[in-house]
Amino acid sequence: MSEAVKFNIRDLTVSYGNFKALHNVNMDIIENKVTALIGPSGCGKSTFLKTLNRMNDLVPNIGIEGRVLYDGKDIYSGYDVITLRKQVGMVFQASNVFPMSIYNNVAYGPRIHGIKSKKRLDHIVEESLKKAALWDEVKDRLNKDALSLSGGQQQRLCLARVMAVEPDVVLMDEPTSALDPVSTVQIEDLIRELKEHYTIVIVTHNMQQAARVSDFTVFFLNGEIVEMGSTEDIFYNPKDKRTEEYITGRFG
Amino acid sequence: MIKKYLIWMATIITIGILVAILGYMLVNGLKFVVEDEDGIINFLFQAPKKAGKEGGISTIIANTIFMIVLTLIFCVPIGLGASIYISEYAGQRRSVTAIKFSIDTLAGIPSIIFGLFGFIFFSNYLKLGVGLLSGSLTLSIMVLPTIIKTSVEAINAVPISYREGSLALGATKWDTVKRVVLPSALPGILAGVVLAIGRIIGETAALTFTMGTDYRLADSLSSSARVLSTHLYLLTKEGISFERAFATANVLIIIILIINMASNRLIKRRTIVDE
Amino acid sequence: MLGREKKEHQSYIEIVLFICALLCVAAVVIITIFVLVSALPLFKEVRLSDFLFSTHWLPTSRKDPGFGILSFIIGSLYVTFGALVIAVPLGIATAIFLAEMSTPKMAEVLGSAVQLLAGIPSVIYGFFGVMVIAPKVRQLFGGSGYSVMSASIVLAIMILPTIISISEVAISAVPKGYKEASLSLGASKWQTIFKVILPAARPGILASIGLGIGRAVGETTAVLMVGGNAPIMPKGLTSMVRTLTMNIATDMGYASGLHRTALFATGGVLFVFIMLLNIFVQVIQKKVKKDI
Repeated sequence: MSEAVKFNIRDLTVSYGNFKALHNVNMDIIENKVTALIGPSGCGKSTFLKTLNRMNDLVPNIGIEGRVLYDGKDIYSGYDVITLRKQVGMVFQASNVFPMSIYNNVAYGPRIHGIKSKKRLDHIVEESLKKAALWDEVKDRLNKDALSLSGGQQQRLCLARVMAVEPDVVLMDEPTSALDPVSTVQIEDLIRELKEHYTIVIVTHNMQQAARVSDFTVFFLNGEIVEMGSTEDIFYNPKDKRTEEYITGRFG
Repeated sequence: MIKKYLIWMATIITIGILVAILGYMLVNGLKFVVEDEDGIINFLFQAPKKAGKEGGISTIIANTIFMIVLTLIFCVPIGLGASIYISEYAGQRRSVTAIKFSIDTLAGIPSIIFGLFGFIFFSNYLKLGVGLLSGSLTLSIMVLPTIIKTSVEAINAVPISYREGSLALGATKWDTVKRVVLPSALPGILAGVVLAIGRIIGETAALTFTMGTDYRLADSLSSSARVLSTHLYLLTKEGISFERAFATANVLIIIILIINMASNRLIKRRTIVDE
Repeated sequence: MLGREKKEHQSYIEIVLFICALLCVAAVVIITIFVLVSALPLFKEVRLSDFLFSTHWLPTSRKDPGFGILSFIIGSLYVTFGALVIAVPLGIATAIFLAEMSTPKMAEVLGSAVQLLAGIPSVIYGFFGVMVIAPKVRQLFGGSGYSVMSASIVLAIMILPTIISISEVAISAVPKGYKEASLSLGASKWQTIFKVILPAARPGILASIGLGIGRAVGETTAVLMVGGNAPIMPKGLTSMVRTLTMNIATDMGYASGLHRTALFATGGVLFVFIMLLNIFVQVIQKKVKKDI
């Protein structure tokens, strides 16, 4: 069975001013799999995630060295950032639904990318909400304020919003950290369903979550990768002592 | 202990002044606005006669509206553009310091200096004469700081996460500003515009020699035009009619009260953005 | 292809926005140049010292023309000083009340009252001055009532909101730790307010007074209505007064030639004063921001 590489990261070093947030990171991210990034706070896993859709560009004084190849093309040299972000969607830690109706939240992406036909938009909104397992809950109130939804629903709406621009990769930055257990389970179920069609990279603080949803796990510490491999190996057969200590909850 | 009473007293005096002024005006003038010699609310709908000694203030209200609309046409786009630049595009650039300094400076310049400048620059140097256009251009510079300061505040209050959410979907910066940031900041921006309207309506000194004092209905951009504030000033100054001065003052005060309430409401409100 | 088009569109928008912002700078520059340059021709005929330090003001006289504005400078200073004497204690006391003594609900009501006071147009204050304050002053102190005193009272009311709101912000911004430290040392609430909080808030309070001075010196319509406007050196509280702003507003409608230039120059003096005051206030406010 051949596994296609979606992202190919070589010698990536990211610094904020004099502070090196990531040091010499090398990694392959495999297509249609879930890759979990774990590690204690401040280890660089979120910084790493944001280099994949260049959201780090917004940070002043940031320095990025090395190469990040997406489908073989370096996204930091001559790659259009708009196109990149369309292909590599992102769900944030705190749900950031726009203060608009549910419908307009989902239709936002397609609209900015030039789709005007009401019929097509209706179709995209429905499909995206279905993919995010939210359709049945909101189909009768698409014109209601999105902020009236519950926390879990808002986060799924954010996911639907990403689905609507038909991405190839979905990045998730601790997507369930603000949610109750029931909503968390719903999101995790979704992640498992979605990986058939999407490559997913998820940052999480929750060890059990990483074990439940991911195929591969990468353990970061102080801006470096300590260990990476199949989730099974990392959790049940770690090679590095520090990985074992972190997994078993001895630090972090 | 005595300090406590002194502070209480000072506060009561401050409030007392406000109540006294509003009360005095409403008691003495409201009745005439509601009903003058010729009938109910006739004052608002009849044109002034004999320099305002007789008749109402209909043409003056119309002139005031022309002035407001014209001024907003100039200052809202520029003010909004400047606000967006300052809060979304400028970042750490050094030009921002100069821009912010200029805005603070503009806010501190007295209206009579604006009047003087408008007279020298718009009326004479650009040969626009004394009329609606010169007056409105002068006012639009004067109220720019009001619009910019409230708009910048409103735009900065929009959560960063909205911008991130939009950019992460592949939206351009301008799309993000236009479709997410500005709609979210709209109530605050409108509050700024409403406050600016308050300043426009209340202004006198910047207008007397840039916009003129003709109490007839303005029929062109270069028409000399008397507005509510200049009308009240002249009625009082020339001793033309005190009861009509009272009534005009009441109209002004009621407008200002409404504007105050509206801007407070807007600042507190969060709206749903829909297309 | 689309990407490039979008990028060009983006920078085009940024340029337009930048121009809007630049217009604010341009406005200040153009105002400064036009006001000052228009005043210059006066000094071909009148010495600067005669303009600033003479009280001889007869701009339309053929025989003995005079362009001295000393009386008006002094007039402006008189009414401004008078306004400060009333408004500063009243304003700071109200600010203390708002920041330290009122409940949130009270503070909200008071705050909107102060805001309303700030929003009332100057012509209304002038009208109130003509109808109520000037007659009262006449009745109690004699004279015409149109006087330094009436102008000071009207101005005091007008600058109250500025002093209250900015002082209140300064007092509220004093770190809570200062207050707790003082109280824990056994100081009373009043000792804490006067010995710790007010000194810590002093730059902000000074800034509020600076802005108040700016408003008072620059105010035109209201003082024009109650000041009496006689072009003489004011002799006392009940004396009529003409300020710099009144001088400009009174004659602008009909003045020509050197007379008109003298009015521009009066505006120039006012403008320079206000600019210096603005810089002073902005320096203080920057200091406040740095300190906190």
